[in-house]
Amino acid sequence: MTLSPTALRQGARKTIMFVIAFGLVAGAWEGYKAIGPERSSKVFGWKIIPSASDQAMPHIGSMFSRLAKPEVRGNGTTIFHAVALATWYSFRVALFALVLGVIVGLLLGVVMARFRITERALMPYLIVSQTIPLIALAPVLVSWSGRLKPFGFQFEKWMTAAMLGSFLAFFPIAVASVRGLKAVKPESLELLDSCAASWWQGLIKVRLPSSVPMLLPALKLSAANAVIGVLVSEISIGLKFGIGRLILSYSQDGSSDPAKVYTAIFGAAVLGLVMAGLVVVIERTLTRNRPKETAR
Amino acid sequence: MTAVEIRSLSKIFNADGANRVEALVDVNLDVAAGEFISLIGPSGCGKSTLLRLVGDLLTPTSGELTVNGKSAHQARMDQDYGMAFQQAGLFEWRNVQKNIELPLELKGWDKSKRAARAQEMLELVKLPEFARHMPWQLSGGMQQRIAIARALAAHPRLLLMDEPFGALDEMTREHMQDELLRICAETATTVVFVTHSIPEAVYLSDRVVVMSPRPGRITKIVETGLGKVRNEETRRSDTFHHRVIDVREALRGMHDEDARLVGREDR
Repeated sequence: MTLSPTALRQGARKTIMFVIAFGLVAGAWEGYKAIGPERSSKVFGWKIIPSASDQAMPHIGSMFSRLAKPEVRGNGTTIFHAVALATWYSFRVALFALVLGVIVGLLLGVVMARFRITERALMPYLIVSQTIPLIALAPVLVSWSGRLKPFGFQFEKWMTAAMLGSFLAFFPIAVASVRGLKAVKPESLELLDSCAASWWQGLIKVRLPSSVPMLLPALKLSAANAVIGVLVSEISIGLKFGIGRLILSYSQDGSSDPAKVYTAIFGAAVLGLVMAGLVVVIERTLTRNRPKETAR
Repeated sequence: MTAVEIRSLSKIFNADGANRVEALVDVNLDVAAGEFISLIGPSGCGKSTLLRLVGDLLTPTSGELTVNGKSAHQARMDQDYGMAFQQAGLFEWRNVQKNIELPLELKGWDKSKRAARAQEMLELVKLPEFARHMPWQLSGGMQQRIAIARALAAHPRLLLMDEPFGALDEMTREHMQDELLRICAETATTVVFVTHSIPEAVYLSDRVVVMSPRPGRITKIVETGLGKVRNEETRRSDTFHHRVIDVREALRGMHDEDARLVGREDR
């Protein structure tokens, strides 16, 4: 990908917009802190005016300066270091969850597109699967992965978290791929038939590539789902090292060190941004040679 | 030698259902090797159905059909024919060369052989410098030429075309007709060509097969007798105009018949 002047200008504009958006949020936060009451108050009996105290809403500046200070008093490593490590750990688990989810989603999509009856049989279960709260599923999966040792393979805790993440990530891909694989133009199918192509050849050479425009938005949803799934399951299965766990443990220091938890939230936000960026790179690569209408 | 042999062929959709459609009834037709045949008629006359039966994209209800001396199914499995449609139907994620190579890929040809054939085809359709272009960068006429190149890539002896120039403007269309005639002459390909345009059918064909609807059948076959060389002169010749009138009257005759059948008095 070569960077043309237009691409550079667009990139610069996006960066400026990002900075402005951040500035607006920070401004609103600090602005409310300046005019808001010290204690939360009631309107018509409802507690809806939030407190603007340092306890409830730490200064943005103190959130960032907290990053440079040690994690706990007397300990050498800075919070920045701890958050970066945890984010990197969770990123790898979430990436694994996304890859697993995409593979499972595509397999389900292919089977459902190939055999009509499997779509009718499977789809209701897939929909039900998405209504089960992850927190309910986590302990079950933990106990299974502790007891099951297929071919002597020992499941590790991070794998369980990744599986729970993929449990949320597979669904958009499965739904989009079953639609995309079936939405091939009739003349394309006649052309394949006229060339005596097998179903498998048709899948690889025509059905999959033609469903890319439908799969890319689903991939965005899946990436977001994988991150959420991994962070939530880190907390519910008690996986150390990750950013989800860090958010939980830092928030327990909230009363003495209110800015601390926000540093971990920054880490989670960065994780989300990196995943979204990864999806954009994949999207750019796959739509490189496509007409602009579908590339958008 | 006969390229296509059709004996009392019928195709009935929903044979047992309420909306039973007699798409084709008792069709007989022989297409000689190297011949150019057009199928013309109002919509619903079964011309596209007949084309798809020859291509084994549909199965006949009754009757016999052989392509290059084998069953239509065997001919399709052997990729004995190439097919082109009204929409060029190029795959937008493949460049021009890869689009032309698709039938060869499906046949399992190796890469260098495919590339050589694609280049040969691009020269045949006179677009040799467009191998790396993407389909959406080409005009409609160019896309259609690539589609023809793809249909001919495996050197089939038979070319089946379903209104391939229907979406093109008149100027491009006449140009494409000349290109198609040149390509067919160079490759000695037999063509079965479905069209709505009377001048197009006459200009291209050795024989024009006129069909009528309800039930779909062949009503008349017009020999054009225009000879092998066709150009602007042909379009201006008396023979051309007479054949256009012959086909038009054959088509109109069936409309009058239709009108009588429903008891309308047009004149």
